[in-house]
Amino acid sequence: MKILVTVKRIPDPDESLKFADGGVDYSASKWVPNAFDEYAVETALRLAEVAGSKERLAEVIVMSVCPQGQRQHVTQFLAMGAERGVVVDADDSTLDSITISKLIAEVARREEVDLVVAGKLSQDNEGNQIPQRIAGLLNWPQACFAAEVRREKDAKELTVSREVDDGVEIKKIPLPAVLSVDLRVVLPASVSNGVTAADHRYQEGARLASLRGITMAKRKKVQVHSLEDLGVQNSGSETTRAITPPPARPSGQIVASAEELVEKLKSEAKVL
Amino acid sequence: MSNVLVVLEFADGKLKSSCLPGITCAKQIADTNGGELHFLVLAAEPSPLAQAVAGAGLGATTVHTMASPAFEPFTAEAWADGIVAAVHATNASVVGGTASSSLRDALPRAAALLDAALTSEVTAVGAEAVLTRPISAGRALLEQASSGDVAFFTARGSEFPPTEGGGAAATVSELETAEVSTRGVSVVDIQKTKSTRPALSEADVVVSGGRGMREGDNFKVLEELTDLLGGALGASRAATDAGMVPPDLQVGQTGKIVAPNLYIAVAISGAIQHLAGMKGSKTIVAVNKDEEAPIFQVADYGLVGKWEEELPKILELVKAAKAG
Repeated sequence: MKILVTVKRIPDPDESLKFADGGVDYSASKWVPNAFDEYAVETALRLAEVAGSKERLAEVIVMSVCPQGQRQHVTQFLAMGAERGVVVDADDSTLDSITISKLIAEVARREEVDLVVAGKLSQDNEGNQIPQRIAGLLNWPQACFAAEVRREKDAKELTVSREVDDGVEIKKIPLPAVLSVDLRVVLPASVSNGVTAADHRYQEGARLASLRGITMAKRKKVQVHSLEDLGVQNSGSETTRAITPPPARPSGQIVASAEELVEKLKSEAKVL
Repeated sequence: MSNVLVVLEFADGKLKSSCLPGITCAKQIADTNGGELHFLVLAAEPSPLAQAVAGAGLGATTVHTMASPAFEPFTAEAWADGIVAAVHATNASVVGGTASSSLRDALPRAAALLDAALTSEVTAVGAEAVLTRPISAGRALLEQASSGDVAFFTARGSEFPPTEGGGAAATVSELETAEVSTRGVSVVDIQKTKSTRPALSEADVVVSGGRGMREGDNFKVLEELTDLLGGALGASRAATDAGMVPPDLQVGQTGKIVAPNLYIAVAISGAIQHLAGMKGSKTIVAVNKDEEAPIFQVADYGLVGKWEEELPKILELVKAAKAG
């Protein structure tokens, strides 16, 4: 089995935004991997590995569309345990969702992968649409917002618990398929592959790279593509008119007691 | 023709009220581009549903229906097929609806099949179909225009008032059923969270607890306040991750986006990702023992104190205020 995981780098979400000229100035930003992509890689590794042994049930490939020389996040994911990388040399900030999806779908096709795993959204753009688009382009089934992923031994399908508005939906999808993961997928028992012992508990969250992983990552293969050699043109369907700070909330007040609070909610805010 | 097509969702034979803000957003788009408002009903037997919606006078001129057993239960695969076929048949130039978990699942897939752009979680409609949406956990607003024959959108439910009925009735029009396929998927089960309270994203009042509540049992005092105010119970990610309450109560960038009249945050520090889910609320109250907690920066009323001491007092005072 082959699993392709889509990853991207984002400006550190804990840094404050610098607004300039109708946009945001990211020139001094620190770039970090998108948290949901870390969960996606963790999900893929849990599906691929047999915990406590060196046996692997699948090859995990990480893919990113990113500017040349800005591949630190790819190296980080290789250090976490992915086998190899595929990058598309392009400034992803200039590409729309249509184009990014086509690039990923084309790589999935060429690599003949069985599963694409993606984070449910990127913390910067918050589009929440790339995984669904990839599934559409490939004509594959999809399971989005996954909180739990189960595979029986050698099965050609996954059973996925999806977080939906009024609860949880259990969806079975045949492979090949696209999976988008929500944050609860990295709880200790959220992913099982039918081979790792059923009572195995992972450490919560995405794993950290080991020292050995970091050393090995430098030797792992990263294949480089361009838009041209993947046969994809930038569709340019989205135009940014402006990026502005949201209107600030008027500053509030600290009340001295529960009595004052309830009194003000009643007479001032008139919400009681 | 630049008609705006809204994809509707139903539960127990009735239009989901969560669809109404999406209709309002669609109407605003139709007003700016001069098109008509149309609805789409995808179901095994869509006629009675469509008749009821058409009669409700929600502003649409036509309610299109497409019938297929594959539309129930909902799957993104079959619905995307239906939506694509409906766009071709109706020549709609804009397609969307409220950003529910189903439409966030199906619309991008349909958009990809049509090579169309999609604007997610729209919060405002501007001139020339420029749509505004929050990015970076609500710390910036992106104004975006889309080109192409068709453009998709999802509307953030908390940012548009629900459309009210009572207008002119719409015509119901049956579309030919396209080739619709679930691609071999099956929905095994839907485990609905049972609650007698209003839905989080539609409630007038939301009372949320955070990490500082320490354990699930301690949420009882918040539930009492919630029920007294007729509101919905919420929680921060720290509280849901710790298993104090079910995950679908989570308010934040990765949970539900809410904008009630009154939001009461108890023992929540106010991480950026939580603020992203509630800072559109009209009145925000924060109770936290740490006076440096970032939640106080967005609160209209902040009370520095331990919830163990303050909540019972607040509960009694609200009871008295309600009685008076």
